[in-house]
Amino acid sequence: MSTIPKSRLAALAVFLIVLALFPLGANGYILGVLTTAFYFAVFAMSWDLLFGYAGEVNFGPTFLIGLGAYGAGMSNALLGLPVPLAIVVGALAAVAGGVALAIPALRLSGPYLGLITLVSVLLLQQAIVIFAGVTGGEIGLSVPDVLSISSAANYEYALAFMLVSGLILFLISRSSLGMILQAAGQDQVAAAALGFNATRHKILAFAVSALFSGLAGAFLVFYLGTASVSAVVDISIGVRVIIAAVLGGRRTIIGGAIGSVFLIVAGELLRPIGQLSTFVVALIALVVIVLFPDGLLGLLPHRRGA
Amino acid sequence: MLAIQILIDGFAISTLYALGALGFTLIFGVSGVLNLAHGGLMVIAAMIAWYLDTSLGFGPYVGALAGVAVCLVAALVTYGGIVRPIENSRAVPAHERELFVLTATLLWGVMIQESLSYAFTNSPITVQPLIAGTVSILGVRTPINEIFIAAVAWAVMGALWLLVNRTQVGRRLLAASINPRALTLLGFELDRIYLFVWVIYGLLAGIAGVLLGSFLGSGSDYVPGLTGSAFTIVVLGGLGSVSGTLIAAYIVGYIETVTAYLVSPSLREVPALILLVVVIYMRPQGLLGRR
Repeated sequence: MSTIPKSRLAALAVFLIVLALFPLGANGYILGVLTTAFYFAVFAMSWDLLFGYAGEVNFGPTFLIGLGAYGAGMSNALLGLPVPLAIVVGALAAVAGGVALAIPALRLSGPYLGLITLVSVLLLQQAIVIFAGVTGGEIGLSVPDVLSISSAANYEYALAFMLVSGLILFLISRSSLGMILQAAGQDQVAAAALGFNATRHKILAFAVSALFSGLAGAFLVFYLGTASVSAVVDISIGVRVIIAAVLGGRRTIIGGAIGSVFLIVAGELLRPIGQLSTFVVALIALVVIVLFPDGLLGLLPHRRGA
Repeated sequence: MLAIQILIDGFAISTLYALGALGFTLIFGVSGVLNLAHGGLMVIAAMIAWYLDTSLGFGPYVGALAGVAVCLVAALVTYGGIVRPIENSRAVPAHERELFVLTATLLWGVMIQESLSYAFTNSPITVQPLIAGTVSILGVRTPINEIFIAAVAWAVMGALWLLVNRTQVGRRLLAASINPRALTLLGFELDRIYLFVWVIYGLLAGIAGVLLGSFLGSGSDYVPGLTGSAFTIVVLGGLGSVSGTLIAAYIVGYIETVTAYLVSPSLREVPALILLVVVIYMRPQGLLGRR
């Protein structure tokens, strides 16, 4: 475990204070963009825990995100649960989904698991459309309660949520769990021979990743005021999560947050070119992946050799 | 009557699925690459064929040939510009290469989809049938084009079989899929074999794309679905297994057709997806996989 130099720690603290004070200067539009980016950052960081550390190819991050979002949205809209309780329900739904994905992950690897996770998203999407009566179908489900109507408050919630989640995920990745996951991801037999129970750790990794994905999905629903397939389930959202994590730098956790903010802000800046913005974002990501596989964080000098 | 209709339509769709998925499984079998830009390549072929025929007035045959040619070029760009640089990159660790290729080709597919939708809008198009008219089979009016499509697809697959099993270069392909290192030791250039596989793949994807465009229509929104169904068929049949791919293509094609006719067209993908999940849980290597 490497120690972080004091100068960097100080720079980080200053940066966070500036971030927290942002609402004083920025207008509602910029705050809105960043709020979305912060929730997205948690999606990407959770994904990185599974891929970067456990080596699990999860092509369906939106399966977990969607379960959290719809679990929370439906328990608020249909059962009338208060927002905090609804968020807990959403997170539990996502954890259940994560454990369900972990079971095939114990037996499958690489493309097979990738396909299963991809199919899980398609099936969730179909289920939402089929049970349109309770899920709102393709139009989406609007929730009666929201976190706050003030964009500054929403921004601070999202920032705090991202920082706490990021810190927990980062500590997990640097703990023995992260090390064992990495070892098992690279050579399961060797890890088992050293006496580590790879099965238990993998299930735990899926559960933790699902917990944060689901929480972020649930928060996002109460920020947007609606849960819809195009916002939290669609494959293209999942692709963006993966792009963000790889773009920022995989196996770093923080990279996911940097990649997400970069991706969302770039998407907004490119809005004037309209339709082509997705093309340009995909192109940037492709160039980074082919030329700099370690992502944006990998471009920094003297990073720890992971 | 309905049963015969399902039988005929299902056959044509399944045959096209088989043709499309065959190239996908071929490059996996020989070079270990899963190309997630597959759907994009198929749609490029159909859109070019449609554009040259309908908008520029070159006629369906020139259009179809140009579509296949452009698809071939796009496949070679995929290989030379994306897959090869990643495989040769020292910065990508060997055990992560597969995921990098998957992610990069997925992005490439997104780029193809977006540029097609920018150039031709995302509204669906239909490639003109190469042969017009209908014929009655056991009382069911069937477009001749549908029979033509199935015939062309089977002819192409037959030619592929001959190529792989009866020619020198085909044996090299087989050898590369079984033991690439031994082939290198015998003095064959693996790079040239891979290039050759990608040429075959480009042709197969192009032909399948144009034919599918004249049967089910095409458009930039079809890209993810086509990639998904090829991936599904190939995994269901067993990655790298040609006969498995054929069988799986017919299973998926018929399940989809039956669902579309008897239940609801909007649910056509669901039963095949559920079947896929069940098969992967029970038998991860697929129906005829060798793993």
